[in-house]
Amino acid sequence: MVPTNYYIILSAILFGIGVFAFVFKRNIITIFMSIELMLNAVNLAFVAFSQAWGKLDGQVFVLFVIVVAAAEAAVGLGIIILIARNRQTLNVERVDLMKL
Amino acid sequence: MSAILSANAELIITIVKIVLLLFIVLTVDAYLTWFERKLVAHIQSRWGPHRVGPHGLLQPLADGLKFLFKEDPTPAGVDKFVYFLAPLLALALALTSIAIIPFGPEPLRLFGREIYLGIAPPDLNIGILALFAITALGVYGVALAGWSSNNKYSLLGGLRSSAQMISYELALTMSVVGVLLMAGSFNLTKIIEAQGRHPEWGFLGWNIWPQILGFLCFFIAAIAETNRAPFDLPEAESELVAGFHTEYASFKFAMFFIAEYTSMTTISCLCSILFFGGWLSPFPASWTWTHYLPSVVLIPFGLWVIWDGIRYETIFGRVILPVVGTAITALGAAFVLYPGVNEFVQGPFWLLSKIFVFLFIYVWMRGTLPRFRYDQLMAFGWKLLLPISIVNVIVTSFVILAKMQWGGK
Amino acid sequence: MTASLVVFFALAGLAVIGAVSLILQKHPIHSALSLIVVMVALAGLYLLLGAEFVAAVQIIVYGGAIMVLFVFVIMLLNAGVEEQTSISKLAGPPGLLLVVALAGFVTATIVRTTAGVQGSSQTGAMASTSGISNMLFRDFVYPFELTSFLILVAVMGATVLAQREKP
Repeated sequence: MVPTNYYIILSAILFGIGVFAFVFKRNIITIFMSIELMLNAVNLAFVAFSQAWGKLDGQVFVLFVIVVAAAEAAVGLGIIILIARNRQTLNVERVDLMKL
Repeated sequence: MSAILSANAELIITIVKIVLLLFIVLTVDAYLTWFERKLVAHIQSRWGPHRVGPHGLLQPLADGLKFLFKEDPTPAGVDKFVYFLAPLLALALALTSIAIIPFGPEPLRLFGREIYLGIAPPDLNIGILALFAITALGVYGVALAGWSSNNKYSLLGGLRSSAQMISYELALTMSVVGVLLMAGSFNLTKIIEAQGRHPEWGFLGWNIWPQILGFLCFFIAAIAETNRAPFDLPEAESELVAGFHTEYASFKFAMFFIAEYTSMTTISCLCSILFFGGWLSPFPASWTWTHYLPSVVLIPFGLWVIWDGIRYETIFGRVILPVVGTAITALGAAFVLYPGVNEFVQGPFWLLSKIFVFLFIYVWMRGTLPRFRYDQLMAFGWKLLLPISIVNVIVTSFVILAKMQWGGK
Repeated sequence: MTASLVVFFALAGLAVIGAVSLILQKHPIHSALSLIVVMVALAGLYLLLGAEFVAAVQIIVYGGAIMVLFVFVIMLLNAGVEEQTSISKLAGPPGLLLVVALAGFVTATIVRTTAGVQGSSQTGAMASTSGISNMLFRDFVYPFELTSFLILVAVMGATVLAQREKP
């Protein structure tokens, strides 16, 4: 048996890396990917707690998170395509004008 | 020594099974190429390969040697890591997915152990989900190969492939839900057993009858998932040279090839298991004489091979074909002589025959249907297949609900 | 060191390496590949936790759909190597410091409050799948219906967004 704490610590580490990638990366798609990484880290915590308490609520929540992530990916990538089409760049630092 | 053996027996058996299955699958893939070329040739009134060996039977071997010895250039400007990763990924995932298929109901009793046919344990709870998970990852092989090749045709092929896979995966998964509802399990063995609930019904008890819509959606979506004609837009040679594998040569190309044929085999296995009763016999269980059908098929086929062999043009054929024919006949005769063996081969025999039928349909469709246009492909997937499979799920669940309500169970 | 611990550390290492590689890689496709590695490793961890259904869904939806969408968009937009200006490079060290602080704080808090929590008896796998469906369609049926509405809205939104403006 792996102690639940190990999973939680791993989850925290992954979440931290996700936050760092979010602030450090400059490509808008990669930034979006780091959001997915953070969501994944939270999912791991959910499943770990679900197993720890012997209840399934955590796993059901993970399913909801995955659904929301899928919806978010669809809309977010739509926005990214629009940005790339209008500004010819994916670098967030060049997307700094409110109006073209 | 024997202590180590008995302690690690499970591990050793699994490794032996993996090696055996790899060998069988790769051989089947090789001869599938021969079968496909031969069949498509006959559909188009040609002879197909018939120079290398009798009836071209050694053609796969020659092809394999050719793949091994060809020059393997790496184009300039490719993304090296991804370029090498892509064919490996495609092949590994295709070969992994076939490990989940169970090939027979009865375990082989050898050395005092029960050895199930198939690598995954028969009580794998998420059987079909695991299979879908592995095939879902298979798209990366194609997409990444297209992207990393530094070639606009390859890139277009990769783009098409990823869009096509996402679109058809929905229909593929939804069309299976009806079967899962009827079986009440993700386990492939349980799905087959659920179809054998009424042993006297024979083939009437299979899922194909209540799930005919689901089957059509599944099969069409599966053909699209394996990038086969008429959905082979990622490698449409009239538009994209060779699509995603334009820049691949030699053994890396062979890896894509093997991956494609392996996934064809997997999908055929899945079709037979989900909708056509897997290893169940199409005849009612009380017709015990049908148990001799394997011999009835094998012996005449073997005799025909002998008869064909002794009249063959080349000396080599006149030697090798009768030998093969004798082996097949002897196999058929052995089934008659040993009833225990005959009972054991019933399941695998029916499963393999069904798989063969589906492989035949695969090739038949390739030889018959023209390729879709890209917008037709998308419209077909989203506007026809997906709604139909959703309707199938809804109708199935209502029928099951009605049965539970009024069926008296 | 039991077998499950070995598996845990292998998968955890894989996940962390993938996540770090997500930051270090310059090209978005390589970052996406790293993220896929993380997701597959997490699916392995879910299997280790006995959550077979979630593991399969993780790979099917995250690995097979969402990440394919990312790769598709990267290929579609022909995204090149990421460019970092001097200002954005400056964000690295303090960001790293803050993130280490954040992760440390979260870890410390969780470890302190959950010291008593220990893995309970494993629920059977199929029981967990049917249990999930029971919860999903009984206790969480309204959220479940809401998510279907969310997906519908997302599909419409994505279609409208990505549509080319009519000339």
